[in-house]
Amino acid sequence: MSPLDRIANVSILKQHDVDKLYKVETRPGPGASDQFCFLVRPRVRTMRFIADIVNADKMSGRSRKYKIIFSPQKFYACEMVLEEEGVFGDVTCDEWSFYLLPLDEDIISMELPEFFRDYFLEGDHRWINPIARALQLLNSLYGPFGKTYGIGRCAKMSYELWRDLEEENESEGQGRKPEIGHVFLTDRDMDYVTALCSQVVYEGIVDDTFRIKCGSVDFGPDVTSSDKSIKVLLNSQDKVFSQIRNEHFSSVFGLLSQKSRNLQAQYDRRRGMDIKQMKDFVSQELKGLKQEHRLLSLHIGACEFIMKKKTKQDFQETIKAEHSLLEGFDIRESTSFIEEHIDRQVRPWGCSLLQLTHPAPADPCSPQVSPIESLRLMCLLSITENGLIPKDYRSLKTQYLQSYGPEHLLTFHNLKRIGLLTEQSAGETLTAVESKVSKLVTDRAAGKITDAFNSLARKSNFRAISKKLGLIPRLDGEYDLKMPRDMAYVFGGAYMPLSCKIIEQVLERRGWQGLEEVVRLLNGNEFSASGSAGGLGALGLAAGTSYSALPYPDSTVEDNPAWESQRVVLAVFLGGCTFSEIAALRFLGKERGGKGKGRAQVGARGSWRCSQAVLSNQHQLSRGEGVSRHTAILGSGRGRGWECQCYPTALLGH
Amino acid sequence: MDCYTANWNPLGEETFYRKLELYSMEWGLREDLRDCVVAAAPYGGPIALLRNSRRDKIPGARPLLEIYSSSGLLLASVPWKSGRLVHLGWTAGEDLLCIQEDGTVLVYNLFCEFKRHFSMGNEVLQNHVLEAQVFHTEFGTGVAILTGALRFSLATNIDDLKLRRLPEVPGLQKPPPCWAVLSQDRVTMVLLAVGQELFLLDNTSCSVVSPPGLSPSAGPFLHMAVSFTHRHLALFSDSGTVWMGTASLKEKFCEFNTGIRSPPKQMVWCTRPRSRQRAVVLAWERQLMVVGNSSECIRYKQLTIEVLLDRLVLRRLYPLAIRICEFLRLPEIQGVSRILAHWACYKVQQKDKSDEEVAQAINQKLGDTAGISYSDIATRAYDCGRAELAIKLLEYEPRSGEQVPLLLKMKRSKLALGKAIESGDTDLVYTVVLHLKNELNRGTFFMTLQNQPVALSLYRQFCRHQERETLKDLYNQDDNHQELGNLHVQGGYCEQRIEGRVAALQNALDEFYKAKNDFAAKATEEQIKLLRLQRHLQEELDKPYLDLSLHDTVATLILDGHHKRAEQLYRDFRIPDKRYWWLKINALATRGDWEEMEKFSKSKKSPIGYLPFVEVAVKHHNRYEAKKYAPRVPPEQRVKAFVLVGDLEQAAEAAIERKNEAEMSLVLARCSAGTDGAVAEKLNRARAQLLKK
Repeated sequence: MSPLDRIANVSILKQHDVDKLYKVETRPGPGASDQFCFLVRPRVRTMRFIADIVNADKMSGRSRKYKIIFSPQKFYACEMVLEEEGVFGDVTCDEWSFYLLPLDEDIISMELPEFFRDYFLEGDHRWINPIARALQLLNSLYGPFGKTYGIGRCAKMSYELWRDLEEENESEGQGRKPEIGHVFLTDRDMDYVTALCSQVVYEGIVDDTFRIKCGSVDFGPDVTSSDKSIKVLLNSQDKVFSQIRNEHFSSVFGLLSQKSRNLQAQYDRRRGMDIKQMKDFVSQELKGLKQEHRLLSLHIGACEFIMKKKTKQDFQETIKAEHSLLEGFDIRESTSFIEEHIDRQVRPWGCSLLQLTHPAPADPCSPQVSPIESLRLMCLLSITENGLIPKDYRSLKTQYLQSYGPEHLLTFHNLKRIGLLTEQSAGETLTAVESKVSKLVTDRAAGKITDAFNSLARKSNFRAISKKLGLIPRLDGEYDLKMPRDMAYVFGGAYMPLSCKIIEQVLERRGWQGLEEVVRLLNGNEFSASGSAGGLGALGLAAGTSYSALPYPDSTVEDNPAWESQRVVLAVFLGGCTFSEIAALRFLGKERGGKGKGRAQVGARGSWRCSQAVLSNQHQLSRGEGVSRHTAILGSGRGRGWECQCYPTALLGH
Repeated sequence: MDCYTANWNPLGEETFYRKLELYSMEWGLREDLRDCVVAAAPYGGPIALLRNSRRDKIPGARPLLEIYSSSGLLLASVPWKSGRLVHLGWTAGEDLLCIQEDGTVLVYNLFCEFKRHFSMGNEVLQNHVLEAQVFHTEFGTGVAILTGALRFSLATNIDDLKLRRLPEVPGLQKPPPCWAVLSQDRVTMVLLAVGQELFLLDNTSCSVVSPPGLSPSAGPFLHMAVSFTHRHLALFSDSGTVWMGTASLKEKFCEFNTGIRSPPKQMVWCTRPRSRQRAVVLAWERQLMVVGNSSECIRYKQLTIEVLLDRLVLRRLYPLAIRICEFLRLPEIQGVSRILAHWACYKVQQKDKSDEEVAQAINQKLGDTAGISYSDIATRAYDCGRAELAIKLLEYEPRSGEQVPLLLKMKRSKLALGKAIESGDTDLVYTVVLHLKNELNRGTFFMTLQNQPVALSLYRQFCRHQERETLKDLYNQDDNHQELGNLHVQGGYCEQRIEGRVAALQNALDEFYKAKNDFAAKATEEQIKLLRLQRHLQEELDKPYLDLSLHDTVATLILDGHHKRAEQLYRDFRIPDKRYWWLKINALATRGDWEEMEKFSKSKKSPIGYLPFVEVAVKHHNRYEAKKYAPRVPPEQRVKAFVLVGDLEQAAEAAIERKNEAEMSLVLARCSAGTDGAVAEKLNRARAQLLKK
C-alpha cells in the first residue's frame, strides 16, 4: 500500500476524472490521455523518467499537457534537471505540502523512505526543511508544544529550522490549548543497535516477515490458505491485532487460542435463543463476530507461517547470537556463527541457487532474504564491539563477497561511511576527504551545520552506554514475557531499546542533567527547550519518518487540570523506527500512565484531527486539478513506509 | 431649497449638471499653456510642463521642465538640456516620460530626478518622431509613435520593452488628422482616420473599418477620443457630428450634431465604471460642450488605499503616510512597515551621508519591525552604487536566506554560499552552487566546494544522477581514488558484455591500488579472474554463469556434476574448507547424488563435522542416508543427530551414555506414548538414577 492509497484510492481518483494510473517507471502507452499528471517525490531520477516521456512524445509529434505535482515540496535540483533535459517549458509544476500521514491512533509517519540514505549516507540536508514544516504543522494543529528535547545533529537542525519558521510567521496554533506536553526528537544514528536486532513482538515480527507498508500488510496464499492474497490494515481498529501487536511472540499463540475460545462461546450463545433474541443477535452481533473470526484466522495463519519460517532459519540460534553480542559475551562464538551464516548462504527457502536451476517456491514478500540477514548480524557485531578486529573485518567481508557477489564491495563502502560496519582503530584508514571532513566535524568553530557527515568521526560506544543506562536487565530467574516488568520484554527480556531508554530517562529527569556521560558517549548534540508549559508527559513520531504517541504522566502535576494534555509526548525518530521501539514506548506509556484511562483518548482524538487535516489537503488537491480527464502517474511506488529493521537495504550497492 | 438647485442646469430631460470651482491653481503662469508641452497624470496626479519649447524665439535659451501638483504647487523643476522634446506623458506609477524627436524616451520621477532612458528603435531614430502618445493598458504604460515616414511604432509596456513596428497604411501621404491607441482582447492596436476612412492597424495587418450607424453626411474625421478603459470611442467629423459608440465599433450609443464644424481642441470621455451614463466633453477656444448624459467622474474610488499610500510615498510624505496607516489601523506589514521600507530605500540614496551613518539611521528607525526586508533596502543601496552600504545593511537581515540573492548579484558568491548553507534551505544552496559553477573556473569551483561539505554533498548527489563525468572530475580533483574506484565498479555493472565489465573493473583495480585499499583491490582482482573463468565456462558448457557469485558458480558446477571443475575453483580461489564442504553437501543433496556425497564424506576428515550431513539428508527427506552419518557425529552432538533421523532408541542410548539430563529430556519429549513406551521407560529410569546421585 502506498501513502496515496491511504488518502485517495483508485475509485476516488477515478471520480475525479483520472483515467488511468501508472507507476512512473512504467511508461504509459502512446494512446493514453491528453493530459498527464505526475504525482511524485522530488527525486532527480524521477525527473529523468518524466523528461524521457515528454521527449518521446515530442519526437513522435504527440502533444499533451503535463503537470508535475511534487510532494511534499519542489526541489530546485528537480527543476534544474527538467531544464537540462529540455522539457522545463513543457510542464507545469505544483506542490502538495503533504507532510504527515496518520497510520494509527498513536502513529504518524512522514513516509519518506529515502530520508535515511539521503541524510545519513549522502549527507544531503534537503529533507530537513520538510521535517521542520511537519513540526510546524503539528504545532499548529495541537497548539504549542510544552517542552522539546532532542539528541542528534539532524534533530537539532530540524528543531532550529522549525523555530525559525515559527518566528517568521506567527503560527495560528499559538493561541490554542496545548495538547502535546513534550516532544522528543532523536536521530536514528543515536541508536542503530535496536534497529539491527531481530524483532520478537508480534507487530515487529510481522513487519520483518511480511513487511508492513503504510500500516497495511499483504498476507499471501500461504497465510490465507486460499489462492488469493489479502490486504489487511493493521491498526487499533482490528480487535484481534490490537490485543496481540505489542506482545512477545511466544505469548501470541496462547492469546489467539484464548480469543478463539471466547469467540466460540459468543457464537454458542445462539443456542437456546428465542426468535426475537436470535433476530437481535443476527442484526447486531453476527457481523462483528464474523469479522473477528476472519481476522482471527488470518493472524493464526500468519503465526503459523512465521513459525515455519523461523524454524527453517535457525531463528533460536540467531537470537542467541544476537543476545550474546548485546551482552558482550562469547564474541568469538558469535563471530563464528556469523561466518557460518554467510558461508552457508542461509536462505529462507533453501537458496536462490535452486531458483536458478530448479524452479522452487520463491518468497517474494520477505524482506529477510539472507544477504541482508548476514549483513545485519555483521553490523550488529561491528556496532556493539566498536568495530571489527582487522582480521575478522577482512575475512567476513571476503566470505560475504564470495557468497553474494562482488558488487557488495560498494555496500561495504557505504556501511563503513555510515559507521555501521567498521574496523577497529579505523582512524588511519580514512581517505583524504574523509579525514578532512571529520576534522570539520570536530571543529566546533566551523559552525552549526558546515559538516555534512556526522557518523564518520564517531564511535558507537555501545558497551559503555549500555552499562551506564543499564540496558541489559539483570536476570534473577526466568523473565516473564507475559507479565513484562520493563521495556526489555520487546527483546525477550535481554535488552532495553537504547532509544526508548533515553527518552524515558530524559522525561523522568526533565532534561539531560545526570546524563552527561551518556550524551558525551553519543557525541552530544543534545538540547532541551521549554515552551510555556511545564510538567512531564510520552507519544511516539518516526522520519523514515514516523511519529507515535503515548501518554506519560508526572506525579507532581497530577492534580493540575492541564495535566491531561501535558501527558502526551511526541517522540520523533528521524530516520525511522521499529515496531519494537513503538511497543516499548507503548509499554512505557501504559506503565507510567498508571490508572489513566483518558490517555488513550488523547492520542486518538489527536490523530483523528490530524487525519482530517490531511484529508482536507487532499480535497484541495482534487479540486485544484479536477480539470478534465488526465492520467496520474504515481511516484515510484516502492512506497516503503518503514525503513527500519533493514538499514542495510538502503545501503546496498548501486 | 433654492440654494440647492439654483446653480444646477438641465442637460436633456432627466439629467442636471452644475459647475463649481473646486480650487484655483496656485501657479502664476505667464506663458500661454498653448506654448508649452503639457501632461497631466491620471487620477489627479502631477502636471508636467515644458516651457518655451514651442516658441523657440530666443535661440540657445534652455526650456524649463517643471512639475506641479494638480493644484499648481511647484514640486520641482529642471532646465531641459536634452534633445528636442515632442511629447510628455505620465506612467501609472507617476514617472514622467519625455519623448524626444530622435525616439529616445527619458524617464524622470516626480521630483524631476532622472531615472533612466530607453530608445524606441532605429527606425524612429532615422525618421524622427512626428507625434507620440502615452497610453495605459492592463499591461502597464505604453508609448506609441508616429514617425516621419508615416509609420507607427509602439511599446505596450515600457518596463518590459518590446518594440513593435506596425504595418504600413496604404495610400497614406501626409500625417493623419487624428489617431488613437486601442487595446482590445489583450491586443494593442492603432486606429487612424484618413479623410472619411478609418483604418485599424494591428501587428500584422491594416484593415478598413467603419463605425456602425454613422450618418452618410458625416464627412472626414477630424478628432477621435478613446475612453480610459479602452471600451468607448468618440469620433468628430467635419460636419460637426459627434459619433459615440464602443471601441470595438460594433455598437453605436448616439450621434449628435454640435453645429460647430471646426475641430475641437480637446475631446475626452467622462465615464464612471459600471455606469450606463457616458459623456464626451468637447472643448473649443471659447466653448465647452458635454455630449451624452453628463456624469461626474469620481476617480478616487478607483484609487485604492494602497495606491493612495504609494502616491504619498512617491511624494516623500512619509510621516503623513504613516499617520494615515495608523488612522486606518492597517496591519503593520501592509502599512507602517512598508512605508518605513520605502523611507529606507530613499535614505540610502542620500549620497551626502556616510555608509555608517545611513546604516545606523536606518537600523535605528526600523529595528526589527515585522515585515521589513533589509535585503530589499540593501539591494536598493547596491543599485545606487553603494556596495559597502549594502553589505552593512545585509548584516541586519536576520534571515540568512534573504541575503543570498543580493550577495550573488554583488558577486560575493562565496559569502552567498555560506549564507545559503546557514539558512538550511538546500534549494538556495543549489542556486548558489550553480552560480559558482558558471562564474568560476572548474578548478576553483571544485576547491570552493571542498571547503563546504554540505554544498559538496548536495552537488555530488546531483551529479550522481545527472553528470557522472563531473562526479569523476570531482573525485579526481582531490585524489579520492576510493570513490573513483567505486564509480568504476558501479559503471562496470551497467555493462552487458563481459569484456566491458572486465575493463571497468580493471580501472577500478588501478584506483583501489592508488587508494591503498588492498582489500578492495584484491576483491576486484578476484572478480576479474572469476569473470574470465565464467566466460570460459559459458562458452564451454553453454549455460549462463555470468552474475553468479563465486559460491553460486561452484554450487552450479556441482549441481551439474562437474565435480572436477568445482574442485579447481575451490583451490584457485582458496575457498575456505568449511564453506566448500557446506556448499558441496548441500548441492549434492539437492542433486540427490548420495553416492558422491558418501565418497566425499570419506575423502578426508570433515571440517564441519558430520552433523551437517545428517541435517542435509533429513532436509531432503532421505532418512536412510542420514542414518549413515549419525554414528560418525561426535558424542556431544550424537543425541541431536539420532533424534533428527528419528532413531529414538539410539538417541536414548547415547543420552544415557553421556549421563546428560537435558538430552534425556529432549529425547523423552519426542517419545510418543504408544510406540516408544520401552524407550521412554528406559530413559525415565536412567534419569531417576541420575537424579538420585
